[in-house]
Amino acid sequence: MGVAGFESAEREVPGGNGYVGRSLRRKEDPRLITGRATYVDDIVPPGTLYAAIVRSPEAHARIRSIDVAAAAARDGVEAVFTGADMDDLAAPCPMVWSPPGVEVLVPDHWPLARDEVGYVGQAVAVVLGDDRYAVVDAAEDVVVDYEPLPVVLDPEAALEEGSPLVHEQYGTNQVFEWSLAGGDVEAAFAASDVVMERRIVNHRTAGAAIEPRGAVAEWREGRLTLWSSTQIPHVARVILSIQLGISEEKIRVVAPEVGGGFGSKLQVYGEEVLVAWCARRTRRPVKWTATRTDDMLATHHGRDQVDLVRIGAMRDGRLTAIHARVIQDCGAYHLIEGPVIPTFTACVISGVYDFQAVQTDVVGVFTNKVTTDAIRGAGRPEATHLIEVCIDQLADELGIDRLELRRRNFIRTFPNRRPHGFVYDSGDYDGTLDRCLELLDLDGFRREQEQLRREGVYRGVGFSTYVEICGLGPSRALGPDGWGMQGGYFESAQVRVLPTGTVIAYTGTSPHGQGLETSFAQIVADRLGVSPDAVEVIHGDTDTGPFGKDTYGSRSLSVGGEAIARATEKVQEKARRIVAHKLEAAPEDIEVADGAFRVKGTPGKAMTLAEIATEAYIPADLPEGMEAGLDELAFYDPDNFVWPFGAHACVVDVDVETGAVRIVRWIAVDDCGRAINPRLIDGQVHGGAAHAIGQALYERIAYDDNGQLTTSTFVDYALPTAAELPTFETDRTETPSPTNSLGVKGVGEAATIAATPAIVNAVVDALRPLGVRAIDMPLTSERVFTAIQEARA
Amino acid sequence: MRSTIPVRLTVNGHRHELEVEPRLLLVHLLRDRLGLTGTHVGCDTSNCGACTVHLDGEAVKSCTVLAVQADGAEVTTIEGLADGGGLHPLQRAFWEDHALQCGYCTPGMIMAAADLLARNPDPSDDEVRHGLEGNLCRCTGYQNIVRAVQDAARELADGHGAPAPSTTEVA
Repeated sequence: MGVAGFESAEREVPGGNGYVGRSLRRKEDPRLITGRATYVDDIVPPGTLYAAIVRSPEAHARIRSIDVAAAAARDGVEAVFTGADMDDLAAPCPMVWSPPGVEVLVPDHWPLARDEVGYVGQAVAVVLGDDRYAVVDAAEDVVVDYEPLPVVLDPEAALEEGSPLVHEQYGTNQVFEWSLAGGDVEAAFAASDVVMERRIVNHRTAGAAIEPRGAVAEWREGRLTLWSSTQIPHVARVILSIQLGISEEKIRVVAPEVGGGFGSKLQVYGEEVLVAWCARRTRRPVKWTATRTDDMLATHHGRDQVDLVRIGAMRDGRLTAIHARVIQDCGAYHLIEGPVIPTFTACVISGVYDFQAVQTDVVGVFTNKVTTDAIRGAGRPEATHLIEVCIDQLADELGIDRLELRRRNFIRTFPNRRPHGFVYDSGDYDGTLDRCLELLDLDGFRREQEQLRREGVYRGVGFSTYVEICGLGPSRALGPDGWGMQGGYFESAQVRVLPTGTVIAYTGTSPHGQGLETSFAQIVADRLGVSPDAVEVIHGDTDTGPFGKDTYGSRSLSVGGEAIARATEKVQEKARRIVAHKLEAAPEDIEVADGAFRVKGTPGKAMTLAEIATEAYIPADLPEGMEAGLDELAFYDPDNFVWPFGAHACVVDVDVETGAVRIVRWIAVDDCGRAINPRLIDGQVHGGAAHAIGQALYERIAYDDNGQLTTSTFVDYALPTAAELPTFETDRTETPSPTNSLGVKGVGEAATIAATPAIVNAVVDALRPLGVRAIDMPLTSERVFTAIQEARA
Repeated sequence: MRSTIPVRLTVNGHRHELEVEPRLLLVHLLRDRLGLTGTHVGCDTSNCGACTVHLDGEAVKSCTVLAVQADGAEVTTIEGLADGGGLHPLQRAFWEDHALQCGYCTPGMIMAAADLLARNPDPSDDEVRHGLEGNLCRCTGYQNIVRAVQDAARELADGHGAPAPSTTEVA
């Protein structure tokens, strides 16, 4: 832990082979560091046709006509298709959230537009040919005649009477209105000494995985194989089956090496259906690889909320109630779950604080922009941001120290049922904050800040104490009769011991950088008395292993890892019975220790997994009635979510002459339950915080007044580089989750959920002497400079 | 018929003669013609650096170099960085220090870092951070990349490579 090194937390674990809790090197890395991994753009089946997509330059327009003749006549062009050619699709792109009792408007959304386009970048035609470059040339020759329609881009304006309509047929731009409340919010506000109101903009961002999206489709012997840069191959198979009208067993979806997702590949995009359809039509493999501009235009964006917050408190600092009206810009169409994302803001609207009344009203709005959907954190960064920014500002209003205000309201009993029904599983919010302040040396910082202020240096510190909901999730809570998601959220695992005693573990999760091949191997290794090197973890291929639910929502370890543990324990149980039979002992007296199944208290009486596998696969002397083989399946659907938490502190210097913000220190103390591999946790925290720093300081998706995307490349959309980011000082506490047997929570999104308000609060703290009290992200030099000028005026 | 131009170049020690379109990018020659798919494309505007290779010993972004510009040149890609079958000190350090997650930026990052260390064998952390400004990583927050580059710098300075670890076990 910490910046100094990767000391691992050694501890006894059930099954005791000693790998869980250690910072092992990743099994994934040898192929990745040598350039021998296979990403989707590395796959070119014989006879492949390349696809180039013609995209709308209009934000809103009727398609009068499309002339493909010139493009189709070019050398090397095999075919050109438009939306009209794809009239045999069985269904449009689905959206899977259908909350009971709430109407959600779901306009038809086809892989290629039919009749009308609703955002710049919407796909209207596809050109197929033998050469990667030639199809791009030909795409320029597709002539589309557009009749422009009025455009609306601002979600609040879109809700006003008389606004241009994104979809004329609805007579409104409001997609849905949904509420979640607990306790009597209005009564609590009425009884409060102070009710503070704020309007907070959480702007639109991109996931910006460095690998652009791509897909390759091949039909062979009546079966479709789709290789796609996706987080969700199993879900994709279901959706391809529905849209293409193909029986599910005739489809194989493979997520090969995937170069980052961050939610942007938690999706089944029109292009994936399109290449499959084109491959079926042309009887050739078809390959599409997004350019960065394709990706910025047509990969879903995230965030884009306006949050109207009311927060109530007593003079003594006791928090009473919080209410947020969340206006979510949905874009013009939905992808698989876009509208549900802002409802996740409601899950943690209470934060780490003991509010007795909470309410979140979410309004979704159509605008002429690309769809918003899940991006790392998905609704929860917005919640943390609005709460933690408001807590600081409320502390100012009440004249109470902002850390003291937090402490007076921390939830301290667990499990803790919140007014809106969720049950926080475990926590120790004082513990993470204590450790964070210890690392920061708050008193020392204050002295330093005073000294620097005298020297004209504006240094500030900001905090975020957060809780998040992850480990998606209990199907009863999330499913059709609960939250309204039309799916289950279990996870599956199959653990297969091979005849020589090595192991293949199949997971239904689909990792794409998280390191699950390593952490899952550690879980298996401990339970079977082998090295993680003897365990191969297979994922991301619907033709192997059981049906799974893929990777998102920080679910892979707490749901997928638990499924792995349970399948492995079934194998262990059978192995124990075989050993007991062979060594004439009772099964309950067999333990896994030091690389073997041993008879307790009888040194030397032991069998290795290889010896046990020999018995299982040469089944001449198995216990009475036992089947041959050593191969077990488990499905796990959790009873609750898991609730990671922590405290982040950010120290910044602000140049008041230019408005430039420089991060001086970052301290992150996170608690994601039991650590399986501490090194991987630190890595997720670094990357998660970096993602949030990007949003807080640099990244912003911008459309101009006509709906043109002005941030369509990495020239305009500024990802943080190594030169901007700090050295993160990380530490952990470990409060086990009671939700699963591993005691684990999730960590993939935690730091992204935590971090943005720490920066904003730090900048406000730095500028407090100048009178700056609030500022919206992104904290660009211009915006900070302007805030300083306004405060001085 | 599109016109083509002959190109002769040496890639990872192997000599190649190809006929290419004048507009063919070096990255596509490497990936599509020579099957060296370790070099990646991430952005098209030479911001992300995933396509970084060495051209006559210097790091270049192969998405903004025409294949014809590499005529007569020696190109090294991630597949050819290490001598023999082992790992280059940078590859070993990236593994050891958890300097990668999804791995997509990694080949370009390693090639850029190799160039940085060739020019500055003993960089400060700040010099590493600024030296890798042209390579984007969305996963790691760069911290472990900086650490790996420093560890590799020390190993290169010692002048002898440690043996490649053969397992996931931490020493």
